[in-house]
Amino acid sequence: MDNIFTRPKSLRDVSTHYCPGCGHGIAHRLVAEVIDELGIREKIIAIAPVGCAVIAYDYWNFDCSEAAHGRALAVATAIKRARPQNIVFTYQGDGDLAAIGTNETIHAANRGENLTVVFINNAVYGMTGGQMAPTTLVGQRTATTIAGRDIKTHGYPLKISEMLAYLAGVKYIERTSLSSPQEILKTKRAIKQAFQNQIDGAGFSLVEILSPCPTYWGLSPKQSLEWIRDVMAKEFPLGRIK
Amino acid sequence: MKRLMSGNEAMAEGAIQAGCSFYAGYPITPQNEIPAYMSWRMPEAGGVFIQAESELAAINMVFGASAAGVRAMTSSSSPGMSLKQEGISYIAGSRLPAVIVNVMRGGPGLGNIAPSQSDYFQATKGGGHGDYHPIVLAPATVQEAYDMMFKAFDLADIYRTPVIILVDGMLGQVMEPVQISTVSRKASIKKPWALTGCAGREPNIIRSLLLKEGALEEVNNILQSNYAAIQKKEQRYEDSNLNDAKIILVAYGTMARIAKVAMNKLCKEGLKVGLIRPMILWPFPEQAFIKATKKKVKFLVVEMSYGQMLEDVRLAVNGKAVVEFFGRAGGGIPSEDEIVGKIRKMLRG
Repeated sequence: MDNIFTRPKSLRDVSTHYCPGCGHGIAHRLVAEVIDELGIREKIIAIAPVGCAVIAYDYWNFDCSEAAHGRALAVATAIKRARPQNIVFTYQGDGDLAAIGTNETIHAANRGENLTVVFINNAVYGMTGGQMAPTTLVGQRTATTIAGRDIKTHGYPLKISEMLAYLAGVKYIERTSLSSPQEILKTKRAIKQAFQNQIDGAGFSLVEILSPCPTYWGLSPKQSLEWIRDVMAKEFPLGRIK
Repeated sequence: MKRLMSGNEAMAEGAIQAGCSFYAGYPITPQNEIPAYMSWRMPEAGGVFIQAESELAAINMVFGASAAGVRAMTSSSSPGMSLKQEGISYIAGSRLPAVIVNVMRGGPGLGNIAPSQSDYFQATKGGGHGDYHPIVLAPATVQEAYDMMFKAFDLADIYRTPVIILVDGMLGQVMEPVQISTVSRKASIKKPWALTGCAGREPNIIRSLLLKEGALEEVNNILQSNYAAIQKKEQRYEDSNLNDAKIILVAYGTMARIAKVAMNKLCKEGLKVGLIRPMILWPFPEQAFIKATKKKVKFLVVEMSYGQMLEDVRLAVNGKAVVEFFGRAGGGIPSEDEIVGKIRKMLRG
């Protein structure tokens, strides 16, 4: 009998700590499937973020390091330069990559570091209790914007992917979502492209994934997927950015 | 082979000779000769040089390179060292080796670029959050600054801990002849914990987050027993004229050289003056003081600060002798004459 669906070797057989309907579990699995398919598990060095996914190494079955909040791309830069034979990627949330780590993000991209970035945009800080993130939508209620994000005092959702696309050092940027099986398949293809680029020595590649956070959006898992499709993807349009 | 080099250049060359193959840094005076030297010398030696976008990025690059198993270093000066404290705490918590040079300038704040020793507390007491101590080396000559780089990388690897080379701006800038090592002195300390890709082994994880009940305390206990071993084995100091000294000067770095001149002047007059020069500041050389206080002596601590090492001297002396202090900071350096005057006053009193 043919085995048509199995656990990727890059994923450990453990139960999840993520909330019901959270996107991290799907994104972790997509990364693991891609790494298995490319046959690079034994070359991988991953950098976990600070945030809900900090213990991604409890799920992934390859070498991993933590980094201080926002510093993942500085850590990854050094690992890749010290060991160019390895495949190095960061997995970062919106607060990590686009607020406290904006400087590290921009400069790693601008140097054209041959790295892969999986960027999870769920428009809130999850681990600390649902505060406003740089990517929080206008009007979105969070723990620190109880009346909704107001452009007069909080500014606008930060489109870091579009900003990075201007930089000459950047090879590839695509924005995808986890809102449906079709979108999940597109996300997997984008992640695979971002890893293939590194294998080919092509340079800095980033996939921004719109990912559900039902707990801090105050929505059911199903409503969260609809909100990504109907609201979030209007502010953060899907598709190839560079 | 002898070469005329500044302290900054000598520390950079010493690092290369010690097998450092990764350097990341950010411009700040008075340490700029280190990144300038590394920018051409490191690639020549087959290593990686990165001019980082910030002090934070530089120290976190050192974290990454060290996690990947290579000997890694950064350098800075006082305000830049304040920025690096986050990374140093993570390096200590993740049990990674790293070497960090601090060429101290005046503070607080932006201060000035004159020599200073005002970062002693920050360097020896931890500096960042959490219970940790970096090992702190304090050379006094350009030759010693060069030689101590070998020691620094070895200690960092053996104890898996950050090591700080703490020098004042004068030692960074002054030029002296340096005997360059002609034999390879690269130690080969195995790093089975390093991130190299999990081929043929279970995955390695570098982490300092330990949420499970009891897990962090367990790692903290490992760190503390590591520190206890360092305190037992790694105290280093130089002493002069302790046999019949009535007054013992205590100073480190450039300050110790000035103190030595003052000591020699007074000894020529027949006065009984000695010197203890800590070569490693953490662990503090308590042994020197336990020995010295067996006789009736007084101590004079001299620093380019307002009394930071002074506190460790008082702890080591533990009330068994009078400890006095003379210090200046912010541009003023205690002079030979000022030290001589202070000692004469102590001998009269």
